[in-house]
Amino acid sequence: MTSRQEFFAGIRAELPLMVGVAPFGFIYGALAAQLGLPISIAQAMSAVIFGGSSQFIAAPLIVAGTPALVLILTVFAVNLRHALYSASLAPYLEKLSVGWKMLLAYLLTDEAYAMAIAHFQAAGEPKERHWFLFGAGLTLWSFWQASTAVGIFVGAQVPSEWSLDFALPLTFIAIVVPMLKTRAYMICAFVAAIGGVIAFGLPYKLGYIVAAIVAIAIGFALETRAEVGRG
Amino acid sequence: MELSLYLWLTIIACGIVTFLIRFSFIAIHGRVTMPEWFTRALMFVPIAVLSAITLPEILIQDGGVNLSPFNARLLAGIIAVIVAWRTKNVLVTIVVGMLILWGLQFVMR
Repeated sequence: MTSRQEFFAGIRAELPLMVGVAPFGFIYGALAAQLGLPISIAQAMSAVIFGGSSQFIAAPLIVAGTPALVLILTVFAVNLRHALYSASLAPYLEKLSVGWKMLLAYLLTDEAYAMAIAHFQAAGEPKERHWFLFGAGLTLWSFWQASTAVGIFVGAQVPSEWSLDFALPLTFIAIVVPMLKTRAYMICAFVAAIGGVIAFGLPYKLGYIVAAIVAIAIGFALETRAEVGRG
Repeated sequence: MELSLYLWLTIIACGIVTFLIRFSFIAIHGRVTMPEWFTRALMFVPIAVLSAITLPEILIQDGGVNLSPFNARLLAGIIAVIVAWRTKNVLVTIVVGMLILWGLQFVMR
């Protein structure tokens, strides 16, 4: 395929996913507006961070006056999964210039990754395939910015009885539950959830970071033991 | 420091951190190989972090743990876990969870 064909194939592959992304962006914008986050900051988070789940978490933390270092650490922890995508796509992008690599890294989200890796694995070795990822990433980026803006401007009129903030835990449930494919993952999630409640009172919102570290250690140890047992 | 400048710097720092995560392996590919245990441990990170944030969001109300069967968020959350497990669909899980919460809040009013 030519670069142009790859680009449009990326857009076409990504469009159906916008059914899920656009409401998510709207809810984020509405939540940020309801929390009283300045409009410029709320929109800038979509452009600068460009990571849905991390923006959802950061918005209430900012309003609560969370120290910058804890906030950055939280965003880091929530977005760390993207390192897996980066590692997975790296071999397909190795011949590109640094500029291309940086652009595609900026546009690398859950949904763009999902479409790109499927295409890359199926397509063999076409020279212009990075245009596919660019098309998919740009589609998601555009929908994300637009839906955030609509959410910010319309969302302030949404009454608080609608409990829009509940969309946050629901989104996380929807992301985490399908990941729980092994016993070690399930126990990790369980320990982290209970630990998060127990440690909730720790200062600077550090409770869930402590709970997460403990849960990762336990889950990792269980998995290691299971593998040694099998081996 | 002025509050808004402080906020802007924080957001930019969050953006840089996020970008560096996404750029990491794309940038170093072919020069450094990550140990197997590291990538394996990485898989636990989103599960642990998101779980540790979610349950307090559902259980803690007005500074205390609310385990009552009349906690509409707890009931809606449990149903959302089941829906997520069966459908593996983000949008369906959010929509069903919100509808259950609204229904329960309406009934319990």
